[in-house]
Amino acid sequence: MDFINHQLFIKDINVHIDPILPKKTAIITHGHADHARFGHDHVIATRQTIEIMKIRYGDKCAKKFTSLRYGQKYSIKSFDFTLYPAGHILGSAQVLIEKNNHRLVITGDYKVGKDETCKNFKLVKCDTLITEATFGLPIFQHPDPKDEIQKLIRSVKINKNNCHIVGAYALGKAQRVMNLLRQQKYNETIYIHGSLEKLCQYYSKEKINIGKFEKVSSKDKSFYEGKIIIAPPSALKDRWSRRFPNPIICMASGWMTVKQRAKQQGIELPLIISDHSDWNELLDTIKKSKAKNILITHGQEDALVYYCKKQNLVSKPLSIQGRSDEEIE
Amino acid sequence: MKKFSSLLHNLILTPSRNTKIKLLQDYFKILDINRAYALAILSDQLSFQFIKASKLRELVYEQVDQHLFDYSYDYVGDLAETISLIWPTNKEGKSQNLSTLIENIKKIKKSEINIEFSKVLSELSNNERWTLIKICTGGLRIGVSERLVKTALADLYNKSVNEIEEIWHGLEFPYENLFQWLKNETSKPKIDFKKLFHPMMLANPIDEEKDFKRLDANEFQAEYKWDGIRVQLMVSSNSVSLYSRTGDNISSAFPEIIETTKGDAVIDGELLVGGNFKPSGFNDLQQRLNRKKASKDLQKKFPVFIRAYDILFYKEKDLRKLSLVERRKYLEKFQNENTTNQIDLSAIINFSTWGELTKYKNNFYDDLNEGVMIKLKNSEYLPGRKKGYWYKWKKNPKLVDAILMYAQRGHGKRSSYYSDFTFGVWKENELVPIGKAYSGYTDKELLVLDKFIRNNTTNKFGPVREVKKEIILEVAFDDVFPSTRHKSGVAMRFPRIHRIRWDKPINEVLSIKEFKKEFKID
Repeated sequence: MDFINHQLFIKDINVHIDPILPKKTAIITHGHADHARFGHDHVIATRQTIEIMKIRYGDKCAKKFTSLRYGQKYSIKSFDFTLYPAGHILGSAQVLIEKNNHRLVITGDYKVGKDETCKNFKLVKCDTLITEATFGLPIFQHPDPKDEIQKLIRSVKINKNNCHIVGAYALGKAQRVMNLLRQQKYNETIYIHGSLEKLCQYYSKEKINIGKFEKVSSKDKSFYEGKIIIAPPSALKDRWSRRFPNPIICMASGWMTVKQRAKQQGIELPLIISDHSDWNELLDTIKKSKAKNILITHGQEDALVYYCKKQNLVSKPLSIQGRSDEEIE
Repeated sequence: MKKFSSLLHNLILTPSRNTKIKLLQDYFKILDINRAYALAILSDQLSFQFIKASKLRELVYEQVDQHLFDYSYDYVGDLAETISLIWPTNKEGKSQNLSTLIENIKKIKKSEINIEFSKVLSELSNNERWTLIKICTGGLRIGVSERLVKTALADLYNKSVNEIEEIWHGLEFPYENLFQWLKNETSKPKIDFKKLFHPMMLANPIDEEKDFKRLDANEFQAEYKWDGIRVQLMVSSNSVSLYSRTGDNISSAFPEIIETTKGDAVIDGELLVGGNFKPSGFNDLQQRLNRKKASKDLQKKFPVFIRAYDILFYKEKDLRKLSLVERRKYLEKFQNENTTNQIDLSAIINFSTWGELTKYKNNFYDDLNEGVMIKLKNSEYLPGRKKGYWYKWKKNPKLVDAILMYAQRGHGKRSSYYSDFTFGVWKENELVPIGKAYSGYTDKELLVLDKFIRNNTTNKFGPVREVKKEIILEVAFDDVFPSTRHKSGVAMRFPRIHRIRWDKPINEVLSIKEFKKEFKID
């Protein structure tokens, strides 16, 4: 595994995984802004990740694109690359790198739990595992998202004169919330912040069931009473949210596990819905991967490093610049 | 329990006062015994003898790896929440009655606490467990004051909150007489006011710019603000008792006062340490605080006295509706009759303009008072911090520039931010810490400091981060004392971050020697 450095850079063939700055060849695990950036020469990713990048940054956000199917091998010199589903968001992938019989997996962001908005996580056995650790503390044990979305539906039923604004990241989480609402038979039109529109349209086109949605417009205030509105978290504190009648501020995120965090952010109805693995899923994946060498990237890595060492696994934190904890989508 | 714990959950997340009141009222509409338990919990009057924070830590270490717990606690910044989340079993479903649960816990024998209380914790959902641990550790910190609870009750039953306030300290669990009166089934509970702790009258900080323009100096009198602990002394022919500001009976810690005071009155004053009515500073007072008993030796070494500010009752007379000036006459009368040397009167400062008062505020007795109190001459004795009657005008704090050395994540509303700062001054070529502060900065400054710390960590010691020595903090503090417990040899009283000194290079910060000299510490 010496062939890759702490910046996820393979020097021998000049290939980066999820680089922050423009590079020659970049393998992109998924479309979130802290992983997919503008301006690489050559982007290698799943078809959906490439299409999402084009929606967000324009068709010319890279000079050349190579799209890979899940499981399709792609070789550069003596390195073989294969993408596997990561279950994080639409198009998200883990990267398997094979070199001289050594198998290294970079999980990217991943979740093990079921999700109708993307292909579900596939476990890939390997020698070295580079795992994320966004929720790498034992306090994070995500509840069933169905129960969480029921909380929202119940609150909408009880508070008929309020509107519910749900903070959710524009890519992935927003559509997952919409899909979960549909699974729980919420069939009303869902109203969305303008910045979500193109991505929602894309999810619909990809046949993800997010139901009927409509962009918020300057209608009469009372129109939005009893409605659900989905907006990026940044809009919750913005002037934008003041146009709605008695809004109840909700947020769909794994961080909502901690009441103090919810309170700090002024969230009245926290919904613990995460697109990352929780503590037990992280441990389980480490175990089942059979990897003997564990590298842990952004998040709460200390506890996970400690745990792995106790299991006699070689383990270190891997600090990737440009990503600090708690700013991750 | 489920209902009560979701009440607390909703209260903590609701920013609006009106919504909080409504949530409380919805809960208090239930007519069974649970509302009495809820009232006791919300007013911090219920606790379990054997289950405190240290016991809870012990229990959680039996369940989970200590290091993993510590990492988590550092991240969450709230003990109750960390334990409730990390606890390995979660059982939603069979929810117990709040009252039954509490009575069952009270019955647990001390020797069986570990097993039995762990069992209780395992049979609760996350949120219920959080609630129960909050009850155990006391001080809910859910943004609901006792006053707000009383307001909710008063509004629900069309009573005035002051009426509840008046009888509050005479009420006892399960508050039957209170609830019956609220529902107009009986008349207002009869309370023997003289035997009751009376919530103290408190002062608001003065706004120098606005208030001095607005207020007429002739209508006010001033006294020094003494840096001891505020007490209420109840004296009658057959008993004497002493209460702290929060209404705790602290009589047993100050036997010399209890044994010698004679008379028949309720006195408001400041408890101070020192012989011959000369206060010797807060550091000495600390030797007498937080002790259940005081040995003869300690009494001799750190003698205490009360500097009386006010009087609430004289014999059978309720003086609280009289003016301050009238009450002062009774206070002097009481003092003349009370021949012991444990009480003296707080002196009244004569002044005719606000400007004249300034010199008293800053200079008198050097360090031994904190400033002055400014009191409306015709103010009644009103419980709580009512606006417009009493003001406090504190001395300017002492200031020192020190270098940020270590940081730790904060607790409560500052959890997740690096908001606890250790700072130091030079000792030859090294830095030596002189104090730790976790307040005083603005929200903006906190964000800047938090970001600096995340990007400039040079070392980690568990939850503590050492940072690059670049940032100079101007630290304000009330006082500084010699200390044998600290490496620097000094201990600060109430240090807080005054501002960040972007303009000053770190080599211009004082040495510990210069620091001690400047603040007169041998």
